[in-house]
Amino acid sequence: MALAVSAFLFVIGAVGVFVRRNVITVMMCVELMLNAVNLAFVAFSRAHGTIDGQILVFFVFTVAAAEAAVGLAIVIALQRNREDLDVDSFNLLKG
Amino acid sequence: MFAPDQIVLWAPWMVVFMPLFGFIVLAFFGGLAKKQGQQQGMMVLATGCTFASLFLALLTVRSLLSLPAGDHGLHFVQPSLMAFNWIDVAGFTVPLALLIDPLSSTMMLVVTGIGSLIHLYSIGYMSHDEERVRYFSYLNLFTFFMLVLVTGSSLPLMFVGWEGVGLCSYLLIGFWFKKKSASDAGKKAFIVNRVGDAGLIIGMALAAAKLGTLSLMEISTGVATMQREEFGVFGPLTLIAIALFIGACGKSAQIPLHVWLPDAMEGPTPVSALIHAATMVTAGVYMVARLGAVYHLSETAMWVVAAVGGVTAFVAATIAIVQNDIKKVLAYSTVSQLGYMFLACGVGAFGVGIFHLVTHAFFKALMFLGSGSVIHGLSGEQDMRQMGGLRTRMPWTFWTFTAGWLAIIGTPFLSGFFSKDEILLAAFGENKFLFGLALLTAGLTAFYMSRLFFMTFTGEYRGTLEQKHEAPAAHGAHDGHGADHKADDHGHGHGHGGIHESPAVMLIPLFILAIGSVLAGYIHIPQFVEPAIRVEETIEHVAWMPYLATAVAAMGVWIAFLMYAGALRELPAKIAAKYAGVKDLLEAKWGFDDAYDSFVRNGTNGVVDVSERVLWKKVDAGWIDGVVNGLAQMTNDVSQGGRLLQNGLVRGSAISILAGAVALLSAILWANR
Repeated sequence: MALAVSAFLFVIGAVGVFVRRNVITVMMCVELMLNAVNLAFVAFSRAHGTIDGQILVFFVFTVAAAEAAVGLAIVIALQRNREDLDVDSFNLLKG
Repeated sequence: MFAPDQIVLWAPWMVVFMPLFGFIVLAFFGGLAKKQGQQQGMMVLATGCTFASLFLALLTVRSLLSLPAGDHGLHFVQPSLMAFNWIDVAGFTVPLALLIDPLSSTMMLVVTGIGSLIHLYSIGYMSHDEERVRYFSYLNLFTFFMLVLVTGSSLPLMFVGWEGVGLCSYLLIGFWFKKKSASDAGKKAFIVNRVGDAGLIIGMALAAAKLGTLSLMEISTGVATMQREEFGVFGPLTLIAIALFIGACGKSAQIPLHVWLPDAMEGPTPVSALIHAATMVTAGVYMVARLGAVYHLSETAMWVVAAVGGVTAFVAATIAIVQNDIKKVLAYSTVSQLGYMFLACGVGAFGVGIFHLVTHAFFKALMFLGSGSVIHGLSGEQDMRQMGGLRTRMPWTFWTFTAGWLAIIGTPFLSGFFSKDEILLAAFGENKFLFGLALLTAGLTAFYMSRLFFMTFTGEYRGTLEQKHEAPAAHGAHDGHGADHKADDHGHGHGHGGIHESPAVMLIPLFILAIGSVLAGYIHIPQFVEPAIRVEETIEHVAWMPYLATAVAAMGVWIAFLMYAGALRELPAKIAAKYAGVKDLLEAKWGFDDAYDSFVRNGTNGVVDVSERVLWKKVDAGWIDGVVNGLAQMTNDVSQGGRLLQNGLVRGSAISILAGAVALLSAILWANR
């Protein structure tokens, strides 16, 4: 059951990343995907009776917090410089 | 520090490095000397370095001889100071060290002694040349490499000097490189020497493989334990000796690799004296004598050395007879005298070869410098037919040149008499045919040197320089002569006007060399160097030999006198007309140059043809270019497609990541199903 919820949340997040164009929304969707993974970790941890999955969740939390901090800083910088948060308008790496 | 056993440890290194120091200063800071005085300072510095080297060499030899002698009465030292293992591979070592023994001491004194005098002479000779600083830097570099060559304790180190002097020879022959013939002559010398060097390298490789060492002392002592069959006709040691001798042929201008030396006369005359008469060209003789212990044991190699030497001596002497360029006569004379030295080595008299090397260094350097003085005095004229009667106009040059002339033809009690006499005796005891050839050559030598002497210094002046000077109004009438003259040898123009005696700075070296030419025969060089060569020389003295040699020489002089200064002046032209075939052969220098030309031309035409049709059009343009261009085209095509993927959209990248993750996951799941 928990795995199904996890998969459902992950798909919502993944679809959100691909279809939404606002940077903040995309970041929130990424957050959703990370938490779907966390849920799966906890579920496996319970099922196998080991603690490893729960430990990994802490790592994911830490990375997610760092990602949010850096990501939001970039978002603020983008807003200040470009007054635009559409991910498709940042395509300077075009080959 | 100054005790004899200490001096021999550091002084030899100083001898070698003083000229290098001079070269470095001149090469790096010579360009800063713009003013006349500064450039003269540079020249004096270069000369000072070689004189310092000479002084240290004398100090070294004196200290060496005051030390107790080793085995067989041999004084030797390998200065350990600064020495290190240069090559050290799989148990095969070559130390970078010097070997100072009587043989290398003799050579060291010749190189620094003659070298210093020629530096001094060059100050006067090159005083009008704008590039004199470059000239002196080359001269110093040459002295350095020559000292490395004669003092190096192993064949590879000798080879470093060997190639170094070759380089300097090339640079100095082509010193006036704006003149096509000079730069061509430089290239010719370099290329012909390459042929010889190939032999030298093969010889070294064979020696390293067969003997396991390249140290000169270890080779000399090592071969004594070899079996007899190693020295057979095709025995390994015979091959080593002959391969090394090919190298000696290149450097010392022996047939068939002698063709570069006469052309090398395009260089400044002091260079001809130093490099192409006294020192560098004798390197081959030095090497053969140095490895005398090896050659001595192989009859075949000895026969080859003697035959090449004897034939070269004769052939070069015959060519010298018909040359009209004063320097060309001396050049062929040098080839001929080098042949004598090899003949001496080839009949087992290595010490005598070195003896003749030393006496020849004196009188040939003297005559080259004397001819340089003549050329300088005549503002660049080299054709003997345009000379004559210089006895009264250049008295000092005349008297010193006379000493050199008398020495080379073997006038009794002068240096050439003693060394040539010893060679004739050694040849007489070994091979009667080569003795006959050597005796005939002695007569020819007397003849062509006397011809040069009489044409240059006696009779009436036949040139046009004086009239030009005295009657400038008639200048135009003589313009036609300008084209006939050899291009101005030392490039300082005709600013001097008439014939003039050279300055004191050029005459002093002439005096010293003249004294040497007279007295060098009284030094017992064969006995001095014999312990270093490790070959016992047994020369049977025949009482009538000096009389015979003197008589032959006197006859040569007498005929030359009649034909070029006496009653029979019409005779040369008559002989030339009657024996036109012989004359043509001699004027074509026995056809060596033509043979090489046609050989190389036909050979290269074939090679060029194959090269053009196959190598260029097919292999290069077809395959190699095809592969290279094809690779570039392919890269271009692939990246044209690839760049479409880079659309810069974040979501595009995200999809790629997702697709990748899905693909990877599927693969893992598929594999673990």
